[in-house]
Amino acid sequence: MTTADTKKKNKPNVSELFGKIFKRQIFIPIAAVLVLLLFNLIVDPGFFSIELTRNSAGNPVLSGNLITILNNGSELAILVLGMTLVTAASGGQDISVGATIAIAGSIILRIVCGTDAKADSASFGIVLVAFLVACVASMAFGAFNGALVSIFKIQPMVATLILFTAGRSIAAWINNNQLPTVSDPSFGYIGGFIPGIPIPTPFIITVICIVLMALLLKFTNLGLYSQAVGINESSSKLNGINPIFIKFLTFVILGLCTAVCGLIKVSRVSGITYSVIAQDIEMDAILAVALGGNALGGGKFNMAASIIGAYIIQILTTTLYAYKIESTALSAYKAIVVIVLVIVSAPAVRNKTKAFFAKLKAKAAAERKEVA
Amino acid sequence: MKDNVVLEMRNIHKYFPGVRALQNVDFTLCEGEIHALMGENGAGKSTLIKVLTGVYEKDEGQIFLKGKDKAVAIHSPQDAQKLGISTVYQEITLCPKLSVAENMYIGRLNGIGVNWRKLNKDADAILESLDIPAKATQQLGSCSLAVQQMVAIARAVDMDCKVLILDEPTSSLDEQEVAKLFKLMRDLKSRGVGIIFVTHFLDQVYEVCDKITVLRDGQLVGEYEIKDLPRVKLVAKMLGKELDDTTEIKDTSLVYDKEDAGKHVLEVEGLASVSGIKPFDFYINKGEVNGFTGLLGSGRSECVRAIFGADKVVSGTVKKDGKVIKINKPIDAMKNGIAYLPEDRKRDGIIGDLSVRENIILALQVLKGFFKPLSKAEANKFAEEYIKLLEIKTASADTPIKSLSGGNQQKAILARWLLTHPEYLILDEPTRGIDIGTKIDIQKLVLKLASEGMSITFISSETDEMLRTCSRLVVMRDRKVVGEVSGDDMNQSKIMSTIAGGESK
Repeated sequence: MTTADTKKKNKPNVSELFGKIFKRQIFIPIAAVLVLLLFNLIVDPGFFSIELTRNSAGNPVLSGNLITILNNGSELAILVLGMTLVTAASGGQDISVGATIAIAGSIILRIVCGTDAKADSASFGIVLVAFLVACVASMAFGAFNGALVSIFKIQPMVATLILFTAGRSIAAWINNNQLPTVSDPSFGYIGGFIPGIPIPTPFIITVICIVLMALLLKFTNLGLYSQAVGINESSSKLNGINPIFIKFLTFVILGLCTAVCGLIKVSRVSGITYSVIAQDIEMDAILAVALGGNALGGGKFNMAASIIGAYIIQILTTTLYAYKIESTALSAYKAIVVIVLVIVSAPAVRNKTKAFFAKLKAKAAAERKEVA
Repeated sequence: MKDNVVLEMRNIHKYFPGVRALQNVDFTLCEGEIHALMGENGAGKSTLIKVLTGVYEKDEGQIFLKGKDKAVAIHSPQDAQKLGISTVYQEITLCPKLSVAENMYIGRLNGIGVNWRKLNKDADAILESLDIPAKATQQLGSCSLAVQQMVAIARAVDMDCKVLILDEPTSSLDEQEVAKLFKLMRDLKSRGVGIIFVTHFLDQVYEVCDKITVLRDGQLVGEYEIKDLPRVKLVAKMLGKELDDTTEIKDTSLVYDKEDAGKHVLEVEGLASVSGIKPFDFYINKGEVNGFTGLLGSGRSECVRAIFGADKVVSGTVKKDGKVIKINKPIDAMKNGIAYLPEDRKRDGIIGDLSVRENIILALQVLKGFFKPLSKAEANKFAEEYIKLLEIKTASADTPIKSLSGGNQQKAILARWLLTHPEYLILDEPTRGIDIGTKIDIQKLVLKLASEGMSITFISSETDEMLRTCSRLVVMRDRKVVGEVSGDDMNQSKIMSTIAGGESK
């Protein structure tokens, strides 16, 4: 075979390879991250600088925009783990997560502070107990949502509207409408830095949650079942799966995720403001699932893509802050990027691109045949 | 283009990633002609139809229509409709909750100031002229499937269609309904409509069609006058090989003859479910193939669904190997070695977006339990094994099952249940809407499995097929078991007379 022949043979492989990569669901989210980072690299390479400094307490901490992204994106990334499962199994979304975070946070502060609405010391033990109680409560609220959706067959968005409306009031009621604060600095470690470890604690917690979710998906059939239920409930049932239980379970798992978020949120500010805590996070979580290329109508999902979707939103926010965009204008800028991303990943556009590559491939194959 | 030709497709090519679905296909349709489009699953029939109706864009080739001097461009189903090409699909694509008239005019009204009284009158006139037993104001969903299909045809006729495509219209109709449909088709033919008829039923082709075009592997085999192509030859053309007579498959079968051959594997007494079937008794022996027969809607599926726990059971007992078992839901049945391939593949069988592999391992996976997922390697091994064993045509085990042809989807679902190694396998219409080659494959497989000791219930709308595979038939009428035929009694006329009223009340 001559070199010319070899060249001709290799040529279609490039387009084939590219077509294959493009077809992967995770391609667009990753590409979006790269484009956003590339933009920052071009406009201001200083965006990427990471410094090891000391915080006010004199402990070593890493700082820089990338660290901010990993730190501030934590709650969303954790939330998206549960939201992806709920979306897959129920074909709908839970819009009450922000309110449930407020409840979880409120419960934690109530236990740590007692009736005084103030705590000067917060031992590890009491925080742990508070967190566990919050977990149970959040899972119970998840179960409430899950029962409405799975047993009573109410549309997820309508079912969760109830808690969405009532949640923050419940949170305020738990603490008699007081605004408890914790002055013990160690309580802030969870949402900040643990002395001696320069990595933000929320990021560490996120990694733990992601690992736990990965293990859950690997060592149980949760992934397969929730997808099967989301795609074809009737068929799943005939295969011995209990769709009601699976849907219910995904909501309970999401409840657990909100408890973790609640802990991080109240630790960040060592207190709580009921109307502001985790505000609009439900929309960001849904958006992250969508940006990951997952169908919001349920069915197949890609957890990694969802997590990247969450960080896309955070990169975007941090980037905009870095360029001193006013916080009031932030949403508008965010919307522009989201529109572009959603259009690029829309099935109509993807199919066109897919067809384009398929055509290229067929042509190349025909050429190859002629050569032979 | 000759004068009486209404449609001509020339050199049609269509590529899909990795597949050439159509290669250089020609197709010609004349006025007042019923033209059968035949081929195995995956031969390219659906693709050709979809190219013609604008669902897919062709990659090469031209389409000519009568009255247009240039090749027409069809980019969407709307384009096709405007050009007078209408399609009635196997699955009804109308809206069951709207009225008959609303369905007939949907998408063709400007929406404001519609005179419904006039439209209802018009609709009634059309329905009457076509002899369709439906009222314009009736809710479509309350009509039988056959009538719904006819309404879809009436809609097409009213849109002044020149080319009418009927894609597997008869697969869920019983014989009388089919006869009515054929009458309607002949009626339209006499009005000069060109009809493309896609079906798997050979009998029906010979009953109603004028010409046959055969496709195989995306290529044109040929166009034939019906009288020039006897049945055996047609099958040979479709398969690309001479086929041993299909009626002889029973000869190849072995009979299960171990000593426990006569043992009841499963016994059912007075079983009834919420679906409304009358309590029935039933048993099946080891290594036996039996069937439920009866007209459509006589309760065949409901019986087996009750056994499998797919419908809530309200009374009766089920005994397995002499011991009473409790089956409340499918998983209970599965744990007792019962497998059920449902009637409606699309609704109850496949999990469309999941891969062929995941679809195949699903039942086994559920049986193993929530905390014991199969490893990727195991899953792959099972999938590959059964893809090979049942000759499932798929690009890979990773392909979403919905992109497979109907017959191959059915094989994958069959693989799903075979993988669980059931003792008792229930097949509800396993061969509906699939090509003759696969049909025979499945029938042979059933006999082979039975000869190895599996008990099988085989339900089919085609009595022929049941006679060929089953050794005993339970006859049903009006949701009630009315008799049983076996041995020498097993023939068409005996079954018919039993259905018609061999045993009254």
